Amino acid sequence: MRITGAEALIKSLEMEGVDVIFGYPGGVVLPIYDALFDNATIRHILVRHEQCAGHAADGYARATGKVGVCLVTSGPGATNLVTALANAWMDSIPMVAITGQVATHVLGTDAFQEADITGITIPVTKHNYLVKDVNQLPVIVRQAFQLAGSGRPGPVLIDIPVDISKAEIDFKYPKNFTIPGYKPTYKGHAKQIKEAAKLIVQAEKPVIYAGGGIVKAGAWDELKELAELAQIPVTTTLMGKGVFPDDHPLSLRMLGMHGTRYANYAIMDSDLILAVGVRFDDRVTGKVSTFAPHAKIIHIDIDPAEIGKNVPVDIPIVGDSKVVLTDLIAAIKKLSTLHADKMGWYELIATWKKKYPLHYHQDGVIRPEYVVDKISELSKGRETIVTTGVGQNQMWAAQFYSANKPRSFISSGGLGTMGFGLPAAIGAQIGRPDALVFDIDGDGSIQMVSQDLATVAANKLPIIIAILNNGYLGMVRQWQELFYNRRYSQVDLNVGTPNFVKLADAYGIKGIQVTQVEDVEAVLGQSIESREPVLIDFAVAREENVFPMVAPGASIDEMLGGIPGASLSQMIDEEEEENESYPIGSCRE
Amino acid sequence: MNHILSVLVENKPGVLARVSGLFSRRGFNIDSLAVGPTEDPEISRMTIVVDADDLKLEQITKQLYKLVNVLKISDLDPKDSVQRELVLIKVNVPSNARAEVVETANIFRANIIDVSKSTLTIEITGTADKIQALEDLLRPYGIKELVRTGKIALARGKLAEVTNGK
Repeated sequence: MRITGAEALIKSLEMEGVDVIFGYPGGVVLPIYDALFDNATIRHILVRHEQCAGHAADGYARATGKVGVCLVTSGPGATNLVTALANAWMDSIPMVAITGQVATHVLGTDAFQEADITGITIPVTKHNYLVKDVNQLPVIVRQAFQLAGSGRPGPVLIDIPVDISKAEIDFKYPKNFTIPGYKPTYKGHAKQIKEAAKLIVQAEKPVIYAGGGIVKAGAWDELKELAELAQIPVTTTLMGKGVFPDDHPLSLRMLGMHGTRYANYAIMDSDLILAVGVRFDDRVTGKVSTFAPHAKIIHIDIDPAEIGKNVPVDIPIVGDSKVVLTDLIAAIKKLSTLHADKMGWYELIATWKKKYPLHYHQDGVIRPEYVVDKISELSKGRETIVTTGVGQNQMWAAQFYSANKPRSFISSGGLGTMGFGLPAAIGAQIGRPDALVFDIDGDGSIQMVSQDLATVAANKLPIIIAILNNGYLGMVRQWQELFYNRRYSQVDLNVGTPNFVKLADAYGIKGIQVTQVEDVEAVLGQSIESREPVLIDFAVAREENVFPMVAPGASIDEMLGGIPGASLSQMIDEEEEENESYPIGSCRE
Repeated sequence: MNHILSVLVENKPGVLARVSGLFSRRGFNIDSLAVGPTEDPEISRMTIVVDADDLKLEQITKQLYKLVNVLKISDLDPKDSVQRELVLIKVNVPSNARAEVVETANIFRANIIDVSKSTLTIEITGTADKIQALEDLLRPYGIKELVRTGKIALARGKLAEVTNGK
């Protein structure tokens, strides 16, 4: 069957089971959009900026576990996608990005809308392809999906010149293919697993440090089984949030810069860290040289390059988290030795949990933490997905939203991309139409992508956009307050920020402003029931800080704030006063 | 410490950019890099000389393996491998000194590959020490231009290449 390259592309995507593409058309992708025009299998979601096509595909992938697909034109379309690729790359998200390219005979001549997108994206993709022979297109698509979704997942880009899209081929989707230089290791080394099992059984103060790798491997059941079998407390990273229920008695919630005091103390005091699907990011370790001084470290990861990269490891195990954890559970069960007595450890952790719960003030103004706390409470028992912007809104969401299911908390971890929340929510809602989707966002973050409210409106996506509006670039302001002598340089957004209710209205979306703390719960409740797009503009306490906090460069047990009844931080006198005069609401542990 | 990495890669466009870009963005230093096709036209061999301690070398190797086009990496032991570099040196030689320079070149088993009224171009292959010695001897005459290939190397004889296979 003779068909065009563009048709072959669409057929190949169908063969890969693609049901939705996020995209934006343009000159050199006209043949591809023409082939999409009468396609009944693949739904195309028209975004309003190419960056959002990428983030939406990313959010879709995180919510569903499938490979997200986006399609944009050459030149500016492709360069607009770069941030989204870098975002997916840093968080190991499976994505296939298709970009149009100028015709092969003008490649390299600075033709109209030409950009060397394969050159530009080498550092932020797992691999990329420039298709120069139409006959190679099907096998390239096949390889791209294989690469994106397997091993340590990541974004793969396929750049297709317009003449390749128009050229004709005899289409046959390749059944067998090889990628000679690509052989991820799934099964862990048996001897190492045995050694790890011994250490786990002997440990008196063990901690499991679990991350995004568990989401990718689908290893949350194994993680829970192991934690419960050996009765080991679990802390999760931002990327791992949801792989272990935040409400579980063994949960220490998130660790790191804005983690709980008890998670950080546990890490620093532990004698064994079982690190699974994590990469010892600087936001987790703080000062590396003082990180977990008493602990032996077992590190399980599918990417050998992550092992020993930042922190020396005692037992490295390269492999897929699910496969390795399954073997590790079996190895532990096989050991006849009694587990070491950990009662002292549990007591110590219980003391920390009691002394340093996550908390916030209840004083008549809307505290952003309260909004998140209510979202967490009101969505309980429903299939919920929370996406976030980046900054304070993200950290409050991570601290106060109790994620009890994997793929329920979607946030830009490695790259920290402001503006991720809305397009990610779009992708997540399209991938899981029955889920209740919240975008917990900041007034700064949402303004980076607010044009895509149009995509929400056009597709009637029942996303609840909860803006924690403090009129500041809050996290930058917090750092300026703490480390730059309160010199608030270029962080005040109040002047110029749109009236969000009117903005929502302009897009035909219901907008509600909440200024009274008494209204928070009711408005959220109604919005949840409405099953239509709602934007809620919460006027929150302007200078609220995210606590606890590890100062940059400090050891993770040297934390500021987060002590109920004591000074929030020795550095902030006003907060101290507040603390004396207002009752404190404590978040559930 | 200097290491000689012998890296087999797929002979495809852009592979050199992927490899060299990886070194620069991760802050690894390349002393020299030579690349060309092997006995199999689909596969090229890169010989990369890097200055790195063991930890850094491990990272370099692991990160290189993550490139889909990289097939195999060997860290060649200088004792169990042969290494060569080819250098072309264009020297200022007035006619009265020509014999002297030719003689020097002969001692090094170097070849004269171009002659003009006032210059000689000498081709020399060998180890870094040997090349350096010739360069030092020629410098007083005035070296006009110099070009070197970068080191290429192969494991000796039957020695299997030491590798932490992919």
